[in-house]
Amino acid sequence: MTERVREDELHAYVDGQLDEARRLAVEAWLAASPADAARVRDWAQQNRALHAAFDPVLNEPLPVALARLPQRDGARKPWKMAVAAAFAVAASGLLGYAAGLRSAAEAVPVRFVQDAAVAHAVFSPEVRHPVEVDASQSAHLVGWLSKRLGAPLHAPDFGALGFELLGGRLLPGETGPVAQFMYQDAAQRRVTLYVRRDATGNRETAFRRIHENGLEVFYWIDRGFGYALSGALDAARMRALADAAYRQLARGEAADG
Amino acid sequence: MRPGPESDLIDHLPRLRRYARALTGDAARADDLVQDTVERALVKQALWRPGSDLRAWLFTVMHNLFVNQMRAARPPDAALDEAPDMPVNGGQMDALAARDLHAALLRLPETQREVLLLVGLEQFAYAEAAHVLGVPVGTVMSRLARAREQLRRDLAGEAAIPLKVVK
Repeated sequence: MTERVREDELHAYVDGQLDEARRLAVEAWLAASPADAARVRDWAQQNRALHAAFDPVLNEPLPVALARLPQRDGARKPWKMAVAAAFAVAASGLLGYAAGLRSAAEAVPVRFVQDAAVAHAVFSPEVRHPVEVDASQSAHLVGWLSKRLGAPLHAPDFGALGFELLGGRLLPGETGPVAQFMYQDAAQRRVTLYVRRDATGNRETAFRRIHENGLEVFYWIDRGFGYALSGALDAARMRALADAAYRQLARGEAADG
Repeated sequence: MRPGPESDLIDHLPRLRRYARALTGDAARADDLVQDTVERALVKQALWRPGSDLRAWLFTVMHNLFVNQMRAARPPDAALDEAPDMPVNGGQMDALAARDLHAALLRLPETQREVLLLVGLEQFAYAEAAHVLGVPVGTVMSRLARAREQLRRDLAGEAAIPLKVVK
């Protein structure tokens, strides 16, 4: 004889919300009640289907403004506006990216820096696939990116500043392929170095800095390459990283060599 | 970095986004809802008691926003809680549409969809789901039962329809 179970308990069985004794009672009931067993199977299948359909959202990169929330606890002035503005920037940046040549008439560095910031925003929150080639294959990574950019590249070593190379990826840029190197510190904060061939022949080497919605971007042009270092860190730290990158790249020293 | 609701909040964002996506069936609307939820949560963070369940509180904030949106989009006399079950359809087109879980979810009344997702996807205990939605546990159970049965009819409808051989 099996004991009758309540409808609620069939649901609780599917959802793992029964204690051991009732779980056994429900199992005994189901063994003797094919119709209820079929319903329970379907409900459990529904739960699995929901997970299969929507769990991938968990691995999507967060919208840039949300990803940066914990770093903004200090000056929390108009939160609402800051969050909304960052969303708008992320969206318009991506639209601009997709629209391609829309802003080709703009000064080159502006567009370059904007692309670097967007690439940072898109890839730095990635949990599973932040980079295409990881740092364990750093020689291959640098060789591959150098080949695609058509000139020898170097990935700076930020170890002394607490950031390790995660890896890199190749991206389409305004004037050709662009390399992005990604670094991460012990607190899992990430900075990206965006590198392209400088097509303009501009020899300018001064650092310039843009601060936009919590994201710091330092950029400079040096010996045929344009660089943009992006991260949601304070300006002093970003400056130290940019200095290190500049010095190493000027000397040709780097994490890969 | 000061520990606090903001730094904990980010841990919950992926799940808030998953729930919002399933609830609204639309990625852009879902992220708008998450953004509104975060803004509201930050404005009202004084109301959150440290030590209480931040996740449940965030889902409560999102639920209230969602209900307000639904109310605004609906004629005033159709009370949300009394939203009737959608009629069960048996036509072939409907069966094909039912193949899509997303479509089947969106055919559920919002109140049932919320319960089904909080329990089946977000794995809230029944009492927690009741707390998030501000209803008694008995209401959660009855909505859950109705949602699961309708989804079952919707998704099984296709398999149950015998194939017609066209000669």
